[in-house]
Amino acid sequence: MIVAAGWYMALAAALFVIGALGLLLRRNALVMFMCIELMLNAVNLTLISAGRALNDLNGQVAVFVVLVVAAAEVVVGLAIIVAVFRRRATASVDELSELRG
Amino acid sequence: MAETILFVLMAMGALVGAVTIVAARNPVYSAMGLLGTLFSVAVLYVLQLAHLVAAVQVIVYAGAVLTLFLFVIMLIGVDKSEDWDEKLPYQRAFVGGLGGLIVLFAGALTVFGNFDWVPAATNTIPEATNGTIQAIAELLFTDWVLAFEATALLLTIAAAGAIGLAHHRTGQT
Repeated sequence: MIVAAGWYMALAAALFVIGALGLLLRRNALVMFMCIELMLNAVNLTLISAGRALNDLNGQVAVFVVLVVAAAEVVVGLAIIVAVFRRRATASVDELSELRG
Repeated sequence: MAETILFVLMAMGALVGAVTIVAARNPVYSAMGLLGTLFSVAVLYVLQLAHLVAAVQVIVYAGAVLTLFLFVIMLIGVDKSEDWDEKLPYQRAFVGGLGGLIVLFAGALTVFGNFDWVPAATNTIPEATNGTIQAIAELLFTDWVLAFEATALLLTIAAAGAIGLAHHRTGQT
């Protein structure tokens, strides 16, 4: 292993923060979803590199569980976006403020 | 040497893709940026001997999830007229603080450059982390079988929920 695990983790941290910034800045629900996927990928990269550095296969199996949860989340989230779009003809999260207290 | 070159190339690809997701006005460009990031991360998985995870990443993420994203973008129309006026107070300041933190982090890494974040491996069995299908399946169906069953249930519920949400009765709104 020539590249130290820390470099992979630094890259994962940068990807995670970029995803978090996008989630905070953007108003398009679809782009916000893509940012969540980006953050999940960053966490997966951390798990894989930690597993490689520790010589432990459990990290890769954990990534599988994260993958399945991400897929389920995308399915439900996109269905909700389409349902909201049918009713409101918008994908902007700022328009959906009826639940304000 | 080859690993270093590939790592630098793929890290740059992943970062460029990530910035494209956030910065692109057109959601289709955002999806393409996500595609680039997913492929780059898959190559990084291969570099760390996680071959099966890399294959699943390309098939599930780039194949299924991204296609789903593109379908929904085409279904609801490419919406470029995003309102960039910030309506939440302190949101921009919070984002700036977070961005400043990551710049600080990168600067500290470059200056102090200590990458021993993970303690050294205790058991140094050669190629123990080689992610073959057999090795992963042995763990998945013994130690992780409860998580396996739970995610199977979760997938079933998600599929049923998506069908329930998408089902559009005529005559009702």
